[in-house]
Amino acid sequence: MLNIEGLTASIGDKPILKGIDLVVPAGEVHAVMGPNGSGKSTLGYVLSGREDYTVTGGSVTFNGADLLGMEPEARAAAGVFLAFQAPVELPGVNNANFLRTALNAQRRARGEAELDAVQFLKLARQEIKRLGIQDDMLKRNVNVGFSGGEKKRNEVLQMSLLRPKLAILDETDSGLDIDALRIVADGVNALRGPDFSALVITHHQRLLDHLVPTRVHVLAYGRIVRSGGPELARELEKSGYAAILQEAA
Amino acid sequence: MTAFLERYRALAGSLPGDSGLRAAAAAAFAGAGLPGATRKRRSEAWKYTSLRALADTAFRTGTAPRHEAETVLAGLALGAAPRAVFVDGGFRGDLSSATVGRFAETPDFGVLTWPDREPMVALNTMLAVDGAVIEVPAGTDGGMLQLVHIAASDGDFHPRHTIRLADGARLTLVEVSAGDGTYLTNTLAEIHVGAGAHLTHVRVQLESLTGFHVSTAYADVAAGGVYDSFTLNLGGALSRTEVHAGLSGAGAVVHLNAAQVQAGRQHADFTTVVSHVAPGCQSRQTVRTVLAGRARGVFQGKIAVGRLAQQTDGYQMGKALLLSPDAEIDTKPELEIFADDVKCSHGTTVGALDPEQVFYLRSRGLSEAEAKALLVRAFLAEALDFVADAEIRAALDGVVAAWWEGQQAHG
Repeated sequence: MLNIEGLTASIGDKPILKGIDLVVPAGEVHAVMGPNGSGKSTLGYVLSGREDYTVTGGSVTFNGADLLGMEPEARAAAGVFLAFQAPVELPGVNNANFLRTALNAQRRARGEAELDAVQFLKLARQEIKRLGIQDDMLKRNVNVGFSGGEKKRNEVLQMSLLRPKLAILDETDSGLDIDALRIVADGVNALRGPDFSALVITHHQRLLDHLVPTRVHVLAYGRIVRSGGPELARELEKSGYAAILQEAA
Repeated sequence: MTAFLERYRALAGSLPGDSGLRAAAAAAFAGAGLPGATRKRRSEAWKYTSLRALADTAFRTGTAPRHEAETVLAGLALGAAPRAVFVDGGFRGDLSSATVGRFAETPDFGVLTWPDREPMVALNTMLAVDGAVIEVPAGTDGGMLQLVHIAASDGDFHPRHTIRLADGARLTLVEVSAGDGTYLTNTLAEIHVGAGAHLTHVRVQLESLTGFHVSTAYADVAAGGVYDSFTLNLGGALSRTEVHAGLSGAGAVVHLNAAQVQAGRQHADFTTVVSHVAPGCQSRQTVRTVLAGRARGVFQGKIAVGRLAQQTDGYQMGKALLLSPDAEIDTKPELEIFADDVKCSHGTTVGALDPEQVFYLRSRGLSEAEAKALLVRAFLAEALDFVADAEIRAALDGVVAAWWEGQQAHG
């Protein structure tokens, strides 16, 4: 599904990613952990095509296609979804309208029929009910006046409607109470299947209790310094990054 | 300027109405000149808008129409409501479906205007030949009326309208201004909203991109009356919409909302003066300006609260979105308060599209153009949302959407 080889990227003159090698096979959920400033969020942004970052080397293929050569919207249509760490507020943009516009833009790009307002609302209400999200979220402006938890829930709702092949969750769990955490985990777990992969960027073991990863990677100094099974996350929770960082430095 | 005065002198004997008033207006105009086109220091009111380009244009008023008014009219997305159509300043019964009074037949210059203070008002007073006289009797609902002005020849036109709602009357007036060619439409409207009356006034400025448009309205609102106005400035090489609204009866309400959408080298100016005279009145101004290319925008709004206007509630917010580094906006909020128990707020912001918002939308599958279109529409919606009538709102959305598509097509 996702194949990252020797990826280097910088912001301005400052190198952030210094050679990432990471393979996420179809059907697997991989967690990326690591201390602050290690490049975790940069990895998510580079994969989804944010222009502030310059890719200086390496390659990323997504289902065989050169992901780095694609515009952000083409990546979205191909099935890449980034759940933002800090979802952006869009004053004056109705959430339902936004979700339908996004869904239809992707469907159009894939040559599928667009959904009309009635079809869309039916689908959206169904997902909202399944996720246990308050249904007034559709009527409000995108993320405007949302609490931190509501913004994250809205990201999960978007993910559930857009049904990506690869979901990148950038610290979607940070600042969430246990109920909201469960919504995030349920959202990802519901999409799990042979054609779905996820890259879960997180600081904490907590989310991984509900969302058991296939593999766990530790990102430090812009590189993957250690990979392992789900037990690696528990080990990190107990002993911290110090030992690994010392090893890697 | 001299061309206007020469024509006035040639026509003076045949112009309808009070010739003394016209002569006084001509003297005022000769003294003041066109703002920005004389060596005199420009007045504060015209600090950001110069009419030099207008002064440098030779208008060929009275020559045969060079364009078909019917074609321009057909291109406007007008509603089904009755319409009164004026072409080159004169009423055209054959294009109209509404019966309205006419300035040409009952030439009344009204009581609210100040030709001695406003040069363009003086020019209108000097040269006006026709316009609509709309009266809605007490307690009746005038429904919806469309008032259209079309410029079909390269002249200067000075429509003079009077709109009078008696106590408890209601009217929705949609005023559309359009044309083809290089011309000046210099409209003046005197508006009286009686006690408890309600006037919804939507103005859509769709002039030709080589046309000049100046529109000045003086409105007086009596106790409990509502003057709810919305202006869309979209066309014109240079346009200025100026509104003087007086809240003269207790509990009167005035809304002067506007959206300005300009590109290329267009210049649009929205200028307001709201005078709170009576106590307990409310005024609201929400203005959104979107500028592309090298366009210039102006919003200057003044709220004046008189000594007796206690419990005044005034609000004014102007925001501008600049889509290009070469676009420019001048905003000048002004408060002048002589009462002590008053709630007045104003604010202004200027900014570009937020790249974070654009990326967020693109990451969800919208193209860059779709993302920007959505954000511009959302920005303008903050003003357009004040247009309550669904049919009018849809028409305005359509006009703005067509403008945006044109921008995309022409870069």
